[in-house]
Amino acid sequence: MTPSAQSGGATLTKDAAPGETLLKVTGLQKHFPIRKGLLQRQVGAVRAVDGLDFEVKSGETLGVVGESGCGKSTMGRLITRLLEPTAGTVEFEGKDITHLGVGAMRPMRRDVQMIFQDPYSSLNPRHTIGTIVSAPFKLQGVTPEGGVKKEVQRLLSVVGLNPEHYNRYPHEFSGGQRQRIGIARALALNPKMVVADEPVSALDVSIQAQVVNLLDDLQQELGLTYVIIAHDLSVVRHVSDRIAVMYLGKIVELADRDSLYKAPMHPYTKALMSAVPIPDPRRKSAKSERILLQGDVPSPIAPPSGCRFHTRCWKATQICKTTEPPLLELKPGQQVACHHPENFEDQAPQDTVLLTVAKEAAELVADEVLAESAATSAAVAAEVAAETPAKAAPVAETPVAKAPATEAPVAETPAAEAPVKETPADEK
Amino acid sequence: MTELSKSGAAVGEPVKGSPAPSAFLEVRDLKVHFPTDDGLVKSVDGLTFSLEKGKTLGIVGESGSGKSVTSLGIMGLHTAGQYGKRKAQISGEIWLDGTELLSADPDHVRKLRGREMAMIFQDPLSALHPYYTIGQQIVEAYRIHHKVDKKVARRRAIEMLDRVGIPQPDKRVDSYPHEFSGGMRQRAMIAMSLVNNPELLIADEPTTALDVTVQAQILDLIRDLQKEFGSAVIVITHDLGVVAELSDDILVMYGGRCIERGPAEKVFYEPKHPYTWGLLGSMPRLDRDQTERLIPVKGSPPSLINLPTGCAFNPRCAYADVPKDNVTRTVRPELSEVGSQHWAACHMTQEQRERIWTEEIAPKL
Repeated sequence: MTPSAQSGGATLTKDAAPGETLLKVTGLQKHFPIRKGLLQRQVGAVRAVDGLDFEVKSGETLGVVGESGCGKSTMGRLITRLLEPTAGTVEFEGKDITHLGVGAMRPMRRDVQMIFQDPYSSLNPRHTIGTIVSAPFKLQGVTPEGGVKKEVQRLLSVVGLNPEHYNRYPHEFSGGQRQRIGIARALALNPKMVVADEPVSALDVSIQAQVVNLLDDLQQELGLTYVIIAHDLSVVRHVSDRIAVMYLGKIVELADRDSLYKAPMHPYTKALMSAVPIPDPRRKSAKSERILLQGDVPSPIAPPSGCRFHTRCWKATQICKTTEPPLLELKPGQQVACHHPENFEDQAPQDTVLLTVAKEAAELVADEVLAESAATSAAVAAEVAAETPAKAAPVAETPVAKAPATEAPVAETPAAEAPVKETPADEK
Repeated sequence: MTELSKSGAAVGEPVKGSPAPSAFLEVRDLKVHFPTDDGLVKSVDGLTFSLEKGKTLGIVGESGSGKSVTSLGIMGLHTAGQYGKRKAQISGEIWLDGTELLSADPDHVRKLRGREMAMIFQDPLSALHPYYTIGQQIVEAYRIHHKVDKKVARRRAIEMLDRVGIPQPDKRVDSYPHEFSGGMRQRAMIAMSLVNNPELLIADEPTTALDVTVQAQILDLIRDLQKEFGSAVIVITHDLGVVAELSDDILVMYGGRCIERGPAEKVFYEPKHPYTWGLLGSMPRLDRDQTERLIPVKGSPPSLINLPTGCAFNPRCAYADVPKDNVTRTVRPELSEVGSQHWAACHMTQEQRERIWTEEIAPKL
């Protein structure tokens, strides 16, 4: 929509990253066939990942969130080429690695490593820590300076383990320590990119923080690029520069961390964030801020037509059922796939008749939330209409013009009074 | 029998050992120990709390802190002694509505279990029987306590499924657990536990296996049902967000003991124990501005066989040296009142605690 935004990318990253595109994914698909009968004929497919486009820039952290079954882990395995994509391309440092064989992939494995979710099943119980962490050297035929043992011990101390534990077995360590071993193994070959699939979800809260901080430190020291897959939105916000929200095999929103959390545009992102329980007992009574979604995620075997979220969305109209919304960059650094985005101008304003499911869903959403969202959308639309010639004013601000003072903090954005007063355009 | 044990109890401190429990549920000095080859595992080691009807108690702690064992202890599910002669050793008192459960006849407890007290388990797939339909399992739970014929019980099952928000309950009543999604299974489980209108509901990690949007639905459901039925609820979880959503009171467990207990607001806004500070600091929060770094608790949870001497938290505590004479490493702190209805087990004096909280902890949270 805003043409100037094309190259804007991640401007809100923590540090000045080198910013080159390290990984580029286009149209990535993975369909797992369902076979039945004597001849094992294919009768259908689980469309785990169904067309992803994104880039990962060097030095940044891309967080991927979504509910179980949305394809986020499959995506992780596709970009590390542990799975063969059905369609689409994966480019790493400009080189197409989509269909490389095992042998051709091997040199690439030095650069892309993975941290797994379960520290109990991802370490071989019959190998010592030394063997586990030195395996990458053996497989790659690399002899580090000073010998393998010395290097392994250095790695162990980097991740905060005692180097003398070289000869111990995984069962002698606690969950958090095991996850550190997994991290040491991933770092052994000095990779450029690390894909971490739920790196902390199996750990206790106090240990979680240790591992999150460790990942942070390692990124600072070694200039790593992370793709962190997690279902916990607060962890993802803490670690990521940019965040992709997935729903049923698709990215519905991809944005800078701050834009995403301050003003989510996709209704699903908004619902997802409002569903996170806030550790604050005073908020208990403020239940009305929560958007309750109906039912469960539909099956990825037969995903809904059009926008995949239309069966649970409270804003769904006819167009959502028939036309799939493309992932568009509506604001600099914020890509959304929605016909009726929140906190922004409606993409299909002519289509106003709500679907029956949407009406039912809307009953679960508190009136204040609806009113507020309508007000912000209208205000943004008015603002965009008014300032198309002069686009100097910040688009990101959400002016609260006529809207009643709502208390929902989910989308609280600084109200920009000045531009509203200047523009005569009203909220219709 | 109840009369006897009532009069036999010692009169002493206000919480511990007073004869006539006024509260609906009162647990006094509960200990659950498991003998193993490596030694005695003291999963729960002296836990005392009480709960009124219509109130919710949240029990928080990390894995291995004894929170689930506590709930199984209340339900009387440890005495079965499934490990041959190595039974769990349980002592203390559990008073439910005037009946002491630990000394009561097992048959009597069985009558109470399901009817007076019910439980929602963490993983609905393993807690539901895969061989029977959802309906059959709810009907069974109902008919054990009510002498009604199958038709009536089935109608009741459908009514409960409807109440917990399962669409087309008259059809889904004949489905098997595997035909349900995770959220639906948990709803079915809640229906089963509430079919007898229990007065005490224990939810052990009720939403841990669920996605966040489904979790929101289930939390909402538990809250609504509690309002409707007026039962006492114990929520056991490691997620401080879930506790804050549901609980009136919070009990923080560490190494099998309660280290802090108080009203939810107090525990979240004026926590008194360094471990509670650690829990709050190590949690990334959506409702606050981005913090640069989390403040983790160093080290890892202790082994329940060899608990550190003194305060169990002392090896991980950043303030272990604040109280003088090395007392944290030699003497185990008892719960002491640190505010109205607020207890903490820590050797630091009130002033030391206040100073550290206001100067070092609160600004970083």
